[in-house]
Amino acid sequence: MMMNEGIKLSEDKGLKVNETNRIKDRLFKILQRNIVPIIFTITCLFGMMMANIPIPFLLTSIFTRIFRNSFMVLSLIIPVMAGMGLNFGIVLGAMAGQMALVAITHWEITGGLGLFVAFIITTPIALFFGWLAGIILNKARGREMITSLILGFFANGLYQLFFLYFMGTIIPIKNKTLMLSTGVGVRNTVDLKAIKYALDRAFTGIIDFNGWLKGIAEMIFGQITFMPYVPLATFLLIILLCLGLKFFTKTKMGQEFRSVGQNNHISEIMGINVEKTRILSVVISTVLAGWAQLIFLQNIGTLNTYGSHVQVGLFAVAALLIGGASVTRATIGQALLGTVLFHTLFIIAPLTGQVLLGDPQVGEYFRVFAAYGVIGVALGLHAWQKQREIRDKLKSD
Amino acid sequence: MSVDLILEMKGIEKDYYGNKVLKGIDLKLGPGEVHAMIGENGAGKSTLMNILFGMPVIRKTGGFKGQILIDGNEVTINSPEEAMALGIGMVHQEFMLIPGFTLTENIKLNREITNPNLISKVLGQKLEGLNFNKMNQDARDALDSLGLAVDETKLISGLPVSYMQFVEIAREIDKKNIKVMVFDEPTAALTEEDAETLLVVMKKITDSGISILFISHRLDEVLKVADRITVIRDGEIVGQPNRQNTSVHELARLMVGRKVERVKKEVDQEEFLTRSEIMRIKNLRVEMPGEAVKGLDLTIKQGEILGIGGLAGQGKIGIANGIMGLYESTGEIYFQGQKIGLNSPTEALKQGLAFVSEDRRGVGLLLDESIERNIGLTAMQIQGKFLKQIARFKFINLEDHDILRKHALKMIENLDIRCTGPDQLTQRLSGGNQQKVCIARAITMNPELLFVSEPTRGIDVGAKKIVLDLLVRLNEERGMTIVITSSEMAELKMIADRIAIVYNGELEGILSPDASDVEFGLMMAGEYKNKEVS
Repeated sequence: MMMNEGIKLSEDKGLKVNETNRIKDRLFKILQRNIVPIIFTITCLFGMMMANIPIPFLLTSIFTRIFRNSFMVLSLIIPVMAGMGLNFGIVLGAMAGQMALVAITHWEITGGLGLFVAFIITTPIALFFGWLAGIILNKARGREMITSLILGFFANGLYQLFFLYFMGTIIPIKNKTLMLSTGVGVRNTVDLKAIKYALDRAFTGIIDFNGWLKGIAEMIFGQITFMPYVPLATFLLIILLCLGLKFFTKTKMGQEFRSVGQNNHISEIMGINVEKTRILSVVISTVLAGWAQLIFLQNIGTLNTYGSHVQVGLFAVAALLIGGASVTRATIGQALLGTVLFHTLFIIAPLTGQVLLGDPQVGEYFRVFAAYGVIGVALGLHAWQKQREIRDKLKSD
Repeated sequence: MSVDLILEMKGIEKDYYGNKVLKGIDLKLGPGEVHAMIGENGAGKSTLMNILFGMPVIRKTGGFKGQILIDGNEVTINSPEEAMALGIGMVHQEFMLIPGFTLTENIKLNREITNPNLISKVLGQKLEGLNFNKMNQDARDALDSLGLAVDETKLISGLPVSYMQFVEIAREIDKKNIKVMVFDEPTAALTEEDAETLLVVMKKITDSGISILFISHRLDEVLKVADRITVIRDGEIVGQPNRQNTSVHELARLMVGRKVERVKKEVDQEEFLTRSEIMRIKNLRVEMPGEAVKGLDLTIKQGEILGIGGLAGQGKIGIANGIMGLYESTGEIYFQGQKIGLNSPTEALKQGLAFVSEDRRGVGLLLDESIERNIGLTAMQIQGKFLKQIARFKFINLEDHDILRKHALKMIENLDIRCTGPDQLTQRLSGGNQQKVCIARAITMNPELLFVSEPTRGIDVGAKKIVLDLLVRLNEERGMTIVITSSEMAELKMIADRIAIVYNGELEGILSPDASDVEFGLMMAGEYKNKEVS
């Protein structure tokens, strides 16, 4: 409308790509970008071979753990998108979930209804926790990860105070089965039999989903001796979350999250409320983590009042990183792949340890070692990757 | 009359912590007018624009006094969002583009076109889906109107720098309600040809009735496009001439009132030939992004001021950065006859080299430290100056504050660093004074050879002169050899004894400062060697 003829601008000289090495370069780049999941895949395969684990057992365990844990790992994606890094603060969400579980156990609401009520109770608590965490993380711009990690530890202190000293004193508890023998403080373990598998088996008796699966599998592979169990409702919920996240990235709000994640300053100038967006990302993450903890615990069946939530953040972060995600980029695929790899390693590590060193205690040590080690290794590899990228960019100039 | 004005700013006053930076500015902007605003750095231009654009920094520091009228109605602008709603657009000096987003996403940033869906009807508008087809179409239209034939679905990160400025403009044009566009030094990052193109585009924009506020350091550009020019000095308007009845000289005088002329005495040519070499550079290669050096040979004479010039991206900046060990480099450097190691800043500094970086705020200064610390730090680290030992414990070295303070005060006086005192933080200083601190730090080392890169970049004309004078004084009084790298040929001509031109990472040739513009032009375009051969 203003100017019809095109304008000519000077081009950068550094943009020209060397044509000859293209395919080799691209393959190398794909390899480089996925080096973390590749290394862990190799480690898993090696462990599997060493320990000689029967496939049916392995598959069953992995399936159980995927459905138990995926939701939690997925809850980390949105803060990464908003540039907040890996939100170790999902521990707060897990606490909210556990508070809800204690509440329904106290009120003796059981079964599907009990779990449903737990979901309802978790949400506002997690919203509140997430909001508080968001405000604090906003004050600690650029240091979100370490702040969220420490925030988790601090919150754990408050959580213990609440459950050990306030319950039964400030908050009168009528249901004595929940309490320690002194009458003050909640028991170390709370039996969740009443809601065990309430979600996993919500459709059992209504739809024979696993029967169908087996039928389909037999049509493809012939006679099958075992079939890993797929909890239909949990499965659907995870798919729903994936679709929701996918949908979210394509919305106006998702776009705001992405732009805030890439550059706070520019987003602010463009009129996006950066602080609010960042808080919201933590709130969403915390609420999702709260629900994830419910999914996790209804499958486990017992609540370790003072322990179940402690490692949640570390394990979820480790899983996400192993899937190939980084501090600045995480996809649904990476979250799911990471969950598979991390938990495969989790199952295999103790067994391999036992085979290699002949002591189950060593295996247990191996398990913890693996969890912490992978975070360190993954972060280290990512730093290395980043350095490579900078060097490559330099060379191309 | 007032109805005909699109924008009027009346009696704008602003102070930062008691320091008055704007002392009653009046500004009138008619429809389709290009109004240029010039002034030294720190004159208050940016503050005025921040006020107009409702930047949070203004509110956080206590707001401002005065009125802003748009179409004759008084308005209050409390945020960039409100400014945009009123039809004020801004093309920022540093690119406000998100590298990981496509052109479309950037152009439509926070103004995305969305489609409602089931979920958004329940949970609110923000969850409406993005309509990329329509957004791409709009972006295409805006880019087309500028004549920019680049794919709107490409990522910004893959784009040449020159395009980014135009993408920013496209974004402003895409805002249909736009009335006033502020161009904050839009040509700073462009090559000369691209700057010309930009000026043409600006004309086209005003033809469609949009007014432009144009902030620039380049006086010739201002004279080309601006209808009226406001000159600001120290927060006051010192002149508002029309284009027809002013000149570069008058504008320069209004801005600073200082004349530009050769500062350094000519050297005796015969004597110069007999001078010994202080440094010989052989086949230097530096892997500096965007400024790579690709096999440069150069000899630096004792006691000279050597200018290094050349177009941006040809590698002139890389030379000093390579020798000082800031970027990976290979080659041979002989300093006073001795071969010195590369890739180690410590080594280079220990040899008696010093460097004033072109990246003042990134490499040159510790912005959160005081002036005196900045001045003394390198000398403390490398030469052990300004240190004292406790009870002769050799390994416990403490800052000797008294001596450092004395030295800093001397430097502040000698170099005329305008500050509240030696313990002021360097980030609070203006560009020119920051540069003086950088130089003070370098000369505290008492170097044999001083590299200075882009010493006047981003500082105003007055401060430029002072910095250049200072370099000449160091050269003449202390006999310090100085290698000055600069994009501004004029300042090299002002102070250098010889000017080396770098093209495509290699030395193209060396000229005397009084060589003709044609020769300089040929060399910078890389045509000089060819001409000699043919």
